[in-house]
Amino acid sequence: MTTTTASATTAPATSKGAGTPVLTARGLVKTFGRVVGLDGVDLDLYAGEVLAIIGDNGAGKSTLIKCLTGAEIPDAGTIELDGKEVHFRRPEDAKEQGIEAVYQNLAVSPALDVASNLFLGRELRKPGVLGTLFRQLDIKKMRARTREELNRLGITTLQDVTVPIESLSGGQRQAVAVARAAAFGSKVVVLDEPTAALGVRESNQVLDLVRRLRDQGTPVILISHNMPQVFEVADRIHIQRLGRCAAIVTPDSHSRTDAVAIMTGAAEA
Amino acid sequence: MTTSTETVSAAEHIFETAQTPVQRLRSILHRYPALSPAIVLLVSIIVFGMLNERFLLPGNLSLITQQVAIVGTVALAQTLIILTAGIDLSVGTAMVLASMVMAVMATENGVSAPVALLIGLTVGLMTGLINGMLVTKLRLPPFIVTLGTYSIFLALTLLYSKGSTVRGTDMPALMTWTGKSFPVAGVNVSYGVVIMFLLYVIMAWVLTTTAWGRHVYAVGDDPEAARLAGVRTTWVLRSVYISAGAIIAIAAWLQMGRSSAASPNAGADLNLDSITAVVIGGTSLFGGRGTVWGTLLGALIVGVFRNGLSLAGLDVLYQTLAVGILVIVAVSLDQWIRKAR
Repeated sequence: MTTTTASATTAPATSKGAGTPVLTARGLVKTFGRVVGLDGVDLDLYAGEVLAIIGDNGAGKSTLIKCLTGAEIPDAGTIELDGKEVHFRRPEDAKEQGIEAVYQNLAVSPALDVASNLFLGRELRKPGVLGTLFRQLDIKKMRARTREELNRLGITTLQDVTVPIESLSGGQRQAVAVARAAAFGSKVVVLDEPTAALGVRESNQVLDLVRRLRDQGTPVILISHNMPQVFEVADRIHIQRLGRCAAIVTPDSHSRTDAVAIMTGAAEA
Repeated sequence: MTTSTETVSAAEHIFETAQTPVQRLRSILHRYPALSPAIVLLVSIIVFGMLNERFLLPGNLSLITQQVAIVGTVALAQTLIILTAGIDLSVGTAMVLASMVMAVMATENGVSAPVALLIGLTVGLMTGLINGMLVTKLRLPPFIVTLGTYSIFLALTLLYSKGSTVRGTDMPALMTWTGKSFPVAGVNVSYGVVIMFLLYVIMAWVLTTTAWGRHVYAVGDDPEAARLAGVRTTWVLRSVYISAGAIIAIAAWLQMGRSSAASPNAGADLNLDSITAVVIGGTSLFGGRGTVWGTLLGALIVGVFRNGLSLAGLDVLYQTLAVGILVIVAVSLDQWIRKAR
């Protein structure tokens, strides 16, 4: 931790990570009918950091990351990636720019196998006429690449990449989803409650993966309800409350109790 | 999670105990979903063959395949839609609409036969496009959409044809060509049956070896997960309905060859018969699971049952009764197989 400011609650640019942020959002607004999801949210994400987003139910955590990853289109506000403004209309748009996400409970297609899930939406085709004209999938290559990725990420619990996801445990499914995001997220990896359905050992494996990604230079946005995990792994913590950013704190500047108090509105930031 | 070496819990102990033969059978059936309809087909052919020696005569087997060709082709289209967790109640009337357009164009409007076929094919594509657009644009359940288009296509057919049948003898030869057959090792095989089989081969190949095929399964499995993974779910759904429309138009051509006529009253049973074939073939009505080969087997099972019971001298009502029982048994069996680990 290299945080120097005592009041890390105000300007995010003063906290960890020098230079310009990788991902910046300014004044994001998202409404659903009369319901306000986001009410003018700013966010900065720096290279090589884990930014946790915490907040009560309905505070706008998932909506915020859906706007950042193209799953929702914000009503107002701007998003910049590497200083360039981007407009994501679909998840594919964000993926093309190197932003990958694992959404809560919506990780994988159960009937497809591990390799098919890893490459879902960006399948590899065979070289030559077979691939271009006849659109033939290169299943061997996809399976080999899947094994490589799982090894690189240190995921040892998945031995067979040809089994359908439905025959795997919750932790293994989550590992597939996280591996997919990690494998293709060249700029940013976003994880929404990646450990919610997992046991202690499996959760630790996911958190290790998050640290490994950060150490390799990929910034990670992590949504979690689990305060011990957040304070264990996060460099900075973005506290979302009633559709706004209530504060940005660090594990050094604030205690868990402080963070929860800001989150619930019991304390001012 | 893999079991750790030092401790084995009570549940893990169960996983490690050897499976009973029944459990093993269930695992195998789970892994190869087309296997159970294949066994049912084989057993029913043997049983009906023993009940009546005429059943296994080449002429009778040829008849069964011809009887199955139309419902089999329509069921292929139905399989595509059911794989995406949809259902199409309009396949029968869409097919009749396409066949009436083909027949009327070729006879009354003096359009040449290949062009009339192409126009009919376009009409089939359009019926699929309409269903697909309604499902994706208005986000209505396919059941409701196709319930509506069922009546619309039926009304259009009657309005267009003024309710009259076009006889095969009045049509150019190409329109009824699919009913012609050629001998293969003593069995007469109709061109319609060959076309149906080719459609199955093409569709099976597309579904298993292309990204589009994966996406059809992924959309049926969990549309939101597929969308977030980067699959263009709207485009996949539309292309599925359009492909189904094209297949149905080809079925219309087969129908004209088989009955040597285009009648606005044909195909009334095709909606439910096609769903029956898909279900007996082991495809899940909830989407994402199933194979086209299962559907072909399902259609053949229904054809074999109807033909075999009729040869056994039973009233047609008993055939319908048997098909009903088959559906219930097939779905129950499917539920049981799903519990395999």
